[in-house]
Amino acid sequence: MSWRVDIRLTLGGFDLAVDLDIEAGPITLIGPNGSGKTTLLRTIAGAHGPTAGRVKLGERLIYDAEARIDLPPEERKVGYVPQGFGLFPHLSALDNVAFAWASRATREERRAQAMKLLGQMDAAPLASRAPSTLSGGEKQRVALARALMIEPEILLLDEPLSALDAAARRNVRGYLVERLTESGRPAILVTHDARDALALDAPVYVIEGGKVVQHGSCSALAAAPATEFVAEFFDVPSPTKPPAPAP
Amino acid sequence: MTSPSTHRWPAFLIAIPMLGLLVLPIFALLLASSPAELAAGVEHPLFAPALFLSARTSLLSLAIVLTAGTPLAWWLARSPSRHKRTVEIFVDLPIVLPPAVMGIALLQAFGRSGVFGGLLADLEIQLPFTTSAVVLAQTVVSAPFYIQSAAAAFRRVDPDLLIVARTLGQSPAGAFFRVAVPVALPGLVGGAALAWARAIGEFGATLLFAGNLPETTQTVPLAIYMALESDVRGAIALSLVLAGVAVLLLFALRASPRIWSRLDVTGTGRQRSGGSR
Repeated sequence: MSWRVDIRLTLGGFDLAVDLDIEAGPITLIGPNGSGKTTLLRTIAGAHGPTAGRVKLGERLIYDAEARIDLPPEERKVGYVPQGFGLFPHLSALDNVAFAWASRATREERRAQAMKLLGQMDAAPLASRAPSTLSGGEKQRVALARALMIEPEILLLDEPLSALDAAARRNVRGYLVERLTESGRPAILVTHDARDALALDAPVYVIEGGKVVQHGSCSALAAAPATEFVAEFFDVPSPTKPPAPAP
Repeated sequence: MTSPSTHRWPAFLIAIPMLGLLVLPIFALLLASSPAELAAGVEHPLFAPALFLSARTSLLSLAIVLTAGTPLAWWLARSPSRHKRTVEIFVDLPIVLPPAVMGIALLQAFGRSGVFGGLLADLEIQLPFTTSAVVLAQTVVSAPFYIQSAAAAFRRVDPDLLIVARTLGQSPAGAFFRVAVPVALPGLVGGAALAWARAIGEFGATLLFAGNLPETTQTVPLAIYMALESDVRGAIALSLVLAGVAVLLLFALRASPRIWSRLDVTGTGRQRSGGSR
């Protein structure tokens, strides 16, 4: 399913102008702190109103400035997993997942579906636990199950691995990549770690100062990094510091 | 060489005068009344009507503070508006203004010759020296305590929680009531308890704006003031009742964080208190 996110937005003096035109499946989004990655995800989720642009998931328009289409977050079918996972601290893992579609299904139906999803994430034993008692990797699974409850047409994952220790990170990375690639579902994975980008092996978009400065495959970016940040990210020589001049 | 423990004694000795000042009056109040005197005080003619009026008016003002104060607290916590600082100052003003000043200010606003006096007269509404005036005075002086506490609690709610709630199908109101309120609940309850305590103790503004009319505007603090002129036993009995309510509120406030973490509202309480360390 092809998807397009074309957004211009001004928020507290910060300008974001991003156009992602994707053939299918997930992408990796990288960029320095404050480059607008989280703002972009929140805008796609419908938390911020853009000034112009359009967001199209397959044939479905969820935002179009010209056609005056601006679906509220609850109608967008966007699965959002924020940094730190955003689990509701007052609800058990099961009730976090069963939170979705409160108006469309009974509590029992939602809990049954939530249990099924937790099972698919190998997280069924966590159902009755409070979020504060879960490890980072466990929170990750619950948050992902919760986002999948609404059968989202796009998944937005904001640094899903940054809060995990090294061992959990390897473990969750493999399982996350599997989830993201098997369905071909549109997804944006924000990361600060080149290993995540390499493992997902999806197109990489680099934003700096609210703009896309480079995009392409991991190998293409590593071979010809457009900016210092990209070079640093893939640990290759910087484009602005040329190798020792020829004699 | 001195061990650390020898340093503690001088520090504690210096602290004693203040502690004594805080505790001694309460002890004196408890010691001043024998059970017989207490019983006589309870039968004092001012006692029951004042207690009933205080309960009625303070609960009503608490209800007003909660319904009208919560939206204001939410706005203070969430709005990006530049005028927020100014609004915060106005909200805090009744805390620092002497209650007597608030009483005069209320008279100037709603009194017969006040700013809205003509309008109220046209509507045949008389506010000063009525039970409504008591509620109004209590509401104005107690609301800031709730609003401050609620705004602080709402500010601590991670905005991403609300965005997630919206993406999961909740309307803005649904996200507020199902996520923001439960997450901020300890702060909301704490603020409400403080506001209620302040409303029950309200004296100055009530005296000036509502007067001291038995059964109409004479709340417990005003009845204490009146009883003191004729029968000190009545004043002491009333004081003990207010002190008891205050102590209960204080215990509820102190215990509430632990109660919240143990309360099995969602079937998660046990794990939370057991495994969060």
